[in-house]
Amino acid sequence: MSSSGEGALPIPGAPSARRSSTRSAARPPAAAGARAARRRQLGVRAIALGYLALLLLGPVAMIFYRTFEHGISPVLNAATTPSATHAFWLSLEIVAIAVPLNTIFGIGMALLLERGRFWGKAALGVLIDLPFAISPVVVGLSLVLVYGKTGWLGDWLAEQGIQVIFSVPGMVLATAVVSLPFVVRETMPVLRELGVDAEQAAETLGASPWQTFLRITLPGIRWGVVYGVVLTTARALGEFGAVSIVSGRIEEQTQTLPLFVQDRFENFDSTGAYTAAVVLALLALGTLLAMNLLTRITRRRTEA
Amino acid sequence: MAAGRRAGFGGLRLTARGGSLLGKGLLGIYLTVLVLLPIAALLAKSSTGGLDAFWREVSNPEAVAAIKLTLIASVIVVAINAVFGTVIAWVLVRDEFPGKGIVNALIDLPFALPTIVAGVVLLALYGKDSPLGIDVAFTRAAVGLALLFVTLPFVVRSVQPVLLELDLAMEEAAASLGASPLTVLRRIVLPTLAPAIISGVALSFARAVGEFGSLVLITGNLPFKTEAGSVYIFGQIQNENLAAAAAVSVVLLLAALLVLALLTLFLRRRSQHVL
Repeated sequence: MSSSGEGALPIPGAPSARRSSTRSAARPPAAAGARAARRRQLGVRAIALGYLALLLLGPVAMIFYRTFEHGISPVLNAATTPSATHAFWLSLEIVAIAVPLNTIFGIGMALLLERGRFWGKAALGVLIDLPFAISPVVVGLSLVLVYGKTGWLGDWLAEQGIQVIFSVPGMVLATAVVSLPFVVRETMPVLRELGVDAEQAAETLGASPWQTFLRITLPGIRWGVVYGVVLTTARALGEFGAVSIVSGRIEEQTQTLPLFVQDRFENFDSTGAYTAAVVLALLALGTLLAMNLLTRITRRRTEA
Repeated sequence: MAAGRRAGFGGLRLTARGGSLLGKGLLGIYLTVLVLLPIAALLAKSSTGGLDAFWREVSNPEAVAAIKLTLIASVIVVAINAVFGTVIAWVLVRDEFPGKGIVNALIDLPFALPTIVAGVVLLALYGKDSPLGIDVAFTRAAVGLALLFVTLPFVVRSVQPVLLELDLAMEEAAASLGASPLTVLRRIVLPTLAPAIISGVALSFARAVGEFGSLVLITGNLPFKTEAGSVYIFGQIQNENLAAAAAVSVVLLLAALLVLALLTLFLRRRSQHVL
C-alpha cells in the first residue's frame, strides 16, 4: 500500500503542482486573453466576497461594534445581572446533560447502523436524520403532545409527580432531539473507514468485546466522535425554537441564553440582548475554530 | 472480499453478544422517547378530527398565508443560494487571495451561530437604525434575508468538494479547441456540478421551510404579511390551539420530506445512470 504510492508523488504537493501547471498552460494563447481571464477572475471574486460581506461578515462585525460602542463597562454590567448569569448557567447545565447522552447514543447507533445487518435499517437511518428535516417549533409541539399536561403521558407523569414541560427535563429533551443526528452522522464514516480487521484480530487474541471497543474501536473513531460532539454542543447551546415552546420562558427559571436574548431584545434592553448575543457569537466562533483544528488533525493523520 | 465480510459479521456477532441486547434496548428506548413517540403524537393530533378537520385547520386564511409565504420565500432563497453558493464555492476552490482560509472557515458560521442571534445580527445592520440606511425590519424582505443567512453554507459546502475533484484537463481541452469561457462553464462545469448544486438546494429548502429562530425578531410576525409557517405554528401553540398547530406542522414537514425524498431518488437514479 505504501510502496505503490511512491511513483504517484506524495499527496500534499500534488494539487498545488497541478494548479500551477494549469495556470502556466492557460497563459500562452494571448496576452489579451489572459487579461480577460484575470478580469473575470477578479469580477467573480468581487461578487462572492461582496455577497458574503453584505450577508455574513457585515452583520456579524456590526453586532460586535454595537455591543462595545459605549465601552466595556455597560457590557460587563449587562453580563453580570442575575438573570443573565442564570440563563448562561442553565444553558450550560442543559448542554452538560444533553450532549453526553447524545454522544453515547450516537456512538451506539453508529455502530448499529454501520456494522449491523437487520431488517428496517434504512428506515432507522431516515428516522435518525428526521430532526434535521423538522422545524424546531414542530419538535417542541411534538414533545408537548406527549409530555405536556394534556399529552399522551401527561396524566401518568403527573401521578408520578414529574414535570417535563415548562421545566428543565423538557428543555433537555428538546435540546437532545434537535442535536440528535450529529454524532451518529460524524461517527459512521470513520467507523466504515476503520474497518473490522483490527477488531477481529483483538478478538482472536482473546480480548472481550468491551476491551476491543475501548482499546481498538474508540481510539480509531475518536476524532469523528469529537467532531460530532463539537457540532452537537454548538447546536445544543444555540437551540431556540424547540426550547422556547417547552420551557415556558420564565425569567431566572427556564430561560436559556438564546431565550434571554429574545426577552431582552423585546424589552428594548439592547445592551443586554447584544451582550448575550456576542457571548453566543463568540462560542460559535470557538466552534468554528475547533472544527478547523479537528479537520486539520484528521487530514494530517490520513496523509501521514 | 466476500469471505472477509462474512468473517467480519461472525466477529461482530461475538462482539454483539456481550451487552448488545441491553444496548439495543437502550438505543430503542432513547429513540422512542425523543423521536418516535413525539412524531406519532403529532400525526395523531393532526388527524384526530379526520381529513375534514385537518383541511379546516390548514385552509384557515391566516394559515394559508403563512404556508404560502414560507414556500414562496424558500423557493426564492434557494434559487439565490444556487447561484451565489456556486460562485462562492468556485472562488474558494479556484481563486487565491489573502485571507481565503478565514473566509472559508467563516462560511459555516450560520450553522454554528444560534438562530436567534442570527436575527439580532441581521437587525444590527439592516434594522431601524441601519448605518447603511437599509431597514428591512418587519417586511417580507426580512424573511428572505434571514433565510438566506441561515441556509448560506448548504450549496457552498456541497459544491466545494466536487469542484476540488473536477479535472481541469477537460476545461483546458475545451478551451484549446476554441470554446469560450461561457461555453466551458455551460457545457462542462455546470453539468458536473449540477447534482451537488441540487443537493445543496434541497437541503437549503428543507431548512428554510422549518426555520424559526432567525425570523422571530426581524420579521415582526405580522399575520398575512410577514408571518411564516413556523411562526404561525408557534402562535397557535401559545393560543393552546394544538390541533391547528399540528395540522400546519404536518404540511411543512411533508413539504420538507418530499423535497428530500425527491433528492434521494434523483441522486440514486443518477448514480445508476453513471455506472
